[in-house]
Amino acid sequence: MANITSNTESQRLNFWEKLYLPEIARGLSLTLRQMFKPTFTRRYPEERWNPEGSYRGRPVLVLEEDGERCVACGLCSRVCPALAIEVRAAETQDDKERYPEKFEINMLRCIYCGFCEEVCPEEAIVMSKDYELVFGSQEEGIFGKDKLLVPVAQLQDRLEFLRQWR
Amino acid sequence: MSLTNLIIILVQAGILVNLMLMAAAYMVLAERKIAAWIQNRVGPDRVGPWGLFQSFSDVFKLYLKEDIVPAAADYRFHALAPVIAIAVAVTTFAIIPFSGPLVEIDGIKYGLVMAPNMNIGILAVLAMTSVGVYGVALAGWSSNNKYSLMGGLRSAAQMISYELSMGLAIIGVVLIAGSLNLIEIINVQTKGVWFIFLQPVGFILFFVTALAETNRAPFDLPEAEPELVGGYHTEYSGMKFGLLYLAEYANILASSAIMATLFLGGWDVIPFLDDSTILGLAPNSLPLVLLGHVVFLSKAFALVFVFIWIRWSLPRFRYDQLMNLGWKVLLPISLVNVILTGLGILFLQ
Repeated sequence: MANITSNTESQRLNFWEKLYLPEIARGLSLTLRQMFKPTFTRRYPEERWNPEGSYRGRPVLVLEEDGERCVACGLCSRVCPALAIEVRAAETQDDKERYPEKFEINMLRCIYCGFCEEVCPEEAIVMSKDYELVFGSQEEGIFGKDKLLVPVAQLQDRLEFLRQWR
Repeated sequence: MSLTNLIIILVQAGILVNLMLMAAAYMVLAERKIAAWIQNRVGPDRVGPWGLFQSFSDVFKLYLKEDIVPAAADYRFHALAPVIAIAVAVTTFAIIPFSGPLVEIDGIKYGLVMAPNMNIGILAVLAMTSVGVYGVALAGWSSNNKYSLMGGLRSAAQMISYELSMGLAIIGVVLIAGSLNLIEIINVQTKGVWFIFLQPVGFILFFVTALAETNRAPFDLPEAEPELVGGYHTEYSGMKFGLLYLAEYANILASSAIMATLFLGGWDVIPFLDDSTILGLAPNSLPLVLLGHVVFLSKAFALVFVFIWIRWSLPRFRYDQLMNLGWKVLLPISLVNVILTGLGILFLQ
């Protein structure tokens, strides 16, 4: 190594800093003060985090009193970058005329981008606050309508957020 | 030596060893808890109230782990190294006097110390702590792994460099006390001033070198995980690893106890005055001795806390910085300290 003669450690530091001890005492007092501050972490299974409306969790279908909002246009399926959504349409006697006979989201593929929610003309698919997604096999990771339909009352935060910011 | 004598000594040794290993196991928990608090975390709190049984579950887990010996390792020394490490660490506690004698059987007084009046006390402690490096160096060498070898070598080099300053830091105390006997040293402090007030530089020197001797941060180069994987215990698993780990903490406790003995007055309760006259208790009476145990252990564990606190505050030294500090800074300071102490004793007494 070349002989470095300028801007060495001994030139940058003053006498007290070179002595180390006062600086060490400063560092120790900092960590001691940290000990009495509240913790950032939480005891997870007992203390759960309740996300804001802006949180993009598991995508769900909105269920109203008279059935789901979805009209099975298939836009979400087309826009999904991960090809996670599969929709099969069927006809119905209701005003909306069409409904999804089959609506599946492969949660192993979903990347929670929220494009499906953005593109949906009926505000029928929205991102929920649900972040606890655990399954024991690949088959269980494919969520059908039974798991996707969520009553509109539980999704008020997200719907309000969308109305305000979109 | 009569049979009763032998039995009593065995019981004494059993109590001491178990006490020290328990303390070492709980220091691991204390380390994790304090680390968590310093980093604004909760720390282990699942096993038992406030995680108090975490140590037991850790040791239990280590017993259930597979014991892996590398094919190319020297299996005899690989097995011997943890034994040396823990044996030496625990042996140190035979010499450290926790307090005065507790019971008297057949005219011989027994307390929580195996060799109370060893006349070379502090030298024996120093010798023991130096043998401790054999465990680490052997563990590194016998594993036949370059990282382990580097760790063991670093530990040996570090030990040699800092042992000198440590010995010289103690000489100041020994000069003032006029004895190597640990109980004698404490008695001098009980009657007079604690040696931390007479030897502040000696205390700081001893503390810094003790950090290096026990391979603690900021001098934990033998197990520097970013460079050496696990250092000397990379190739260890199961309870062999557990023994090396416990030995490390037993060494910390031993160093803290020695510091409490040499500089903080051992079991002395009040710094500048004679306890027995102030508290109205006869010297070596049972209440005073029991109080002495509590005081001694709280001093030792307060120093253990400082050890842990320093580990989670300071970054690790580079190898050349470590050697520079040891040889160019600590050694001259300790030499000057010895000379000044000697001159002071010569002219003041």
